[in-house]
Amino acid sequence: MIDSLSGFVAELREIGIPVSMVEAIDAAIAIEHTDLSKADNLRATLGATLVKNSRHYPAFDAAFDVFFGLRLASPTGTDRERDGDGGPFAAGSGGGAGSGSDEISDAILRALLAGDHDALRRLVAAAVDMYAGMQPGRPVGGRYYAYRVLRRLDSDQLMVRLLVALGAAHTESELEDRTVHASAEELVDQMRSEVEREITSRLVADRGAAQVAATRRMPLIEDTNLVHATRTEIEEVERAIAPLARKLATRLSQQRRHGEKGRLDVRRTIRRSLSHGGVLLEPQFKKPRKSKPEFVVLCDVSGSMATFARFTMQLAYAISSELSKVRVFAFIDGLDEVTEYFGPGVDFAEALMSMSSEADLVRSDGHSDYGRSFRDMWENYADAVTSKSTVIVTGDARNNYRDPGSEYLDRIAERSRALFWLNPEPRRFWDTGDSVMSRYAQACDAIDQVRTLRQLERFVERAALPAARRSRLVS
Amino acid sequence: MTGEWTTPQDVASALESVGYLADARIAQVAFLANALSKPILAEGPAGVGKTALALALAEATGRRLVRLQCYEGLDEAKALYEWDYHKQLLRLQSEEGAAWDEIEGDIFSESFLLTRPLLEAIRSKEPVVLLIDEVDRVEVETEALLLEVLDTYQVTVPELGTMTAVTTPIVVLTSNNTRELSEALKRRCLYLYVPYPSIERERAILVSRIPDLPEKLADKIARTVSAIRQLPLRKAPSVSETIDWARTLIALGIEDVNDEVTSDTINVLLKYQVDIDRAAKEFSLDTPDG
Repeated sequence: MIDSLSGFVAELREIGIPVSMVEAIDAAIAIEHTDLSKADNLRATLGATLVKNSRHYPAFDAAFDVFFGLRLASPTGTDRERDGDGGPFAAGSGGGAGSGSDEISDAILRALLAGDHDALRRLVAAAVDMYAGMQPGRPVGGRYYAYRVLRRLDSDQLMVRLLVALGAAHTESELEDRTVHASAEELVDQMRSEVEREITSRLVADRGAAQVAATRRMPLIEDTNLVHATRTEIEEVERAIAPLARKLATRLSQQRRHGEKGRLDVRRTIRRSLSHGGVLLEPQFKKPRKSKPEFVVLCDVSGSMATFARFTMQLAYAISSELSKVRVFAFIDGLDEVTEYFGPGVDFAEALMSMSSEADLVRSDGHSDYGRSFRDMWENYADAVTSKSTVIVTGDARNNYRDPGSEYLDRIAERSRALFWLNPEPRRFWDTGDSVMSRYAQACDAIDQVRTLRQLERFVERAALPAARRSRLVS
Repeated sequence: MTGEWTTPQDVASALESVGYLADARIAQVAFLANALSKPILAEGPAGVGKTALALALAEATGRRLVRLQCYEGLDEAKALYEWDYHKQLLRLQSEEGAAWDEIEGDIFSESFLLTRPLLEAIRSKEPVVLLIDEVDRVEVETEALLLEVLDTYQVTVPELGTMTAVTTPIVVLTSNNTRELSEALKRRCLYLYVPYPSIERERAILVSRIPDLPEKLADKIARTVSAIRQLPLRKAPSVSETIDWARTLIALGIEDVNDEVTSDTINVLLKYQVDIDRAAKEFSLDTPDG
């Protein structure tokens, strides 16, 4: 057990979940108090001792299934034989849906409706025997096997039949309809995860847990590439942004407070001392004036950059309670202020929609034109930038071979406190093709490659520090 | 510690006897917390029964509950202890002319100490459950105050020395995850994520909390609330709001959930007009304006 635990901890660290030595030891002690006859007990134990962030649970669960799903699942070998030895179920058959798959789908449907987990496990095992066509020794994650089984079991058809069985035809309202749908979906998911678990356990038996885990590994949400995020990933990132922003905000305000206690306030000290008979017990201090940094964000929202810009804006808004002011400008080949689209309590996705339909971002052909956008900024909104503002530009600096207009960015930079550029492209692609990144380098205090939430967090923390004064003025 | 718990099932049934339905995971973590003498950090959306878990643990074990409600600006004097300096001052004045050494030893003694929840839990003669509620509301620096207590169950008062817990308390911290807690704090705790309950569990909670609720209505309520939680809401309905809704329906003598009922009573579940509007739009309900 200790061996597989240390292997598991190594895998968690490989994924990026921080597991300290103390936590690993806690887990080892906690296992002694765990009834290992059920996998879920161990899952609860390891989850409580090793993983301290709810965002990390999907990755933890996936790795757990690989490492411990098989070892602890009750062996159903005899049942499997009984269900799987039937003549019509030829192993790995290809072709169209035969009577075999109908029979087994019927049985699965019944098991799902009855909530009979043991029967479901047996049936799924039989289905995997028949349809997955697994070949030993292949270094695969098993997603294709699962797809093959699910195609033959026809999860869409199953969904329809579940809906009928649950009485979707007799619903009277949309709300009721939706509740029936939700229940049916939950059941289909149950079957799907059962199939995946079965396949995983067979892969592990074949190649060992560490190897399977390595082929399956999925990145944590903070390490997902923001530019190519899928819809579900976007949702997860957005959920992660609010707590992250508060953590950042507290850290920022804490760093600003650090070491500033202010001068002694003589009047208040004496006034306070009256209640102690004139003894100066509690010295009172003047509160130091906080100078809050201001952010001016310029976002390239053309096609490829839109997703990334969205996260930058969201983070800027989320920490805006700590900043005195955030002004946001979006551009494609024209620039417009979009600050007012995103107030507190506004649905971000809707705001983005109205922004792209109402704001004046396209002047000619809708391909990024950084030069023109910077000129618009300088000519129309130069007063937004003061010596207190930190300017953040996000974009890939792919200018479609147009005039880079770097002199305008230089002027904006000169007025500002600091100017940072966030480029989500990998560094090695900068200045290739129509990217003119280095033409803007002179204006920037720093150009950062920011592709993930983790990098974005690190950047904001650095940018909002008082120490982030522009280097040019000092030297 | 509570000696009679030997399996997580014991914990689950003890909790159930006081009306808290723990799923296998909650029971397992609570059992481990007891067996390893470690604090539980319960995190999850508001109103899923994190605080209720601590209350139920106290009731099930017959321990006194000591509660520290966290808020922004909470400090040592409110969480740990404070010297009662008004009393100290009086003492000084009443003994003018006495030797300083004598008085100094005297005014920094326990009778001038005001105990706050953390110290109170440590010094309590009988075993307690210590609930540190909404720990995500305090600043990061304040979190550090908790570390000594969570680690070794002791509190150090410079003038008096270190006080170690007489009996090991059961400690439950709750967090609504509005910000990420420090690694140092998390490392010392068993982590328990409490999500919204599944339909089955919510139904069971409803039935156990409201005995005169018909099973069929409970099922309908649980399913409806679960569907509403799927929407992108500003504040999804909590379990306690589900219970409130069920109570409302019973008080109104309603036996089945339909559109009309839902639209008339949805303000029990949803507290923001934006959310009510959205639910109405999604489910094509007619809600009264305002």
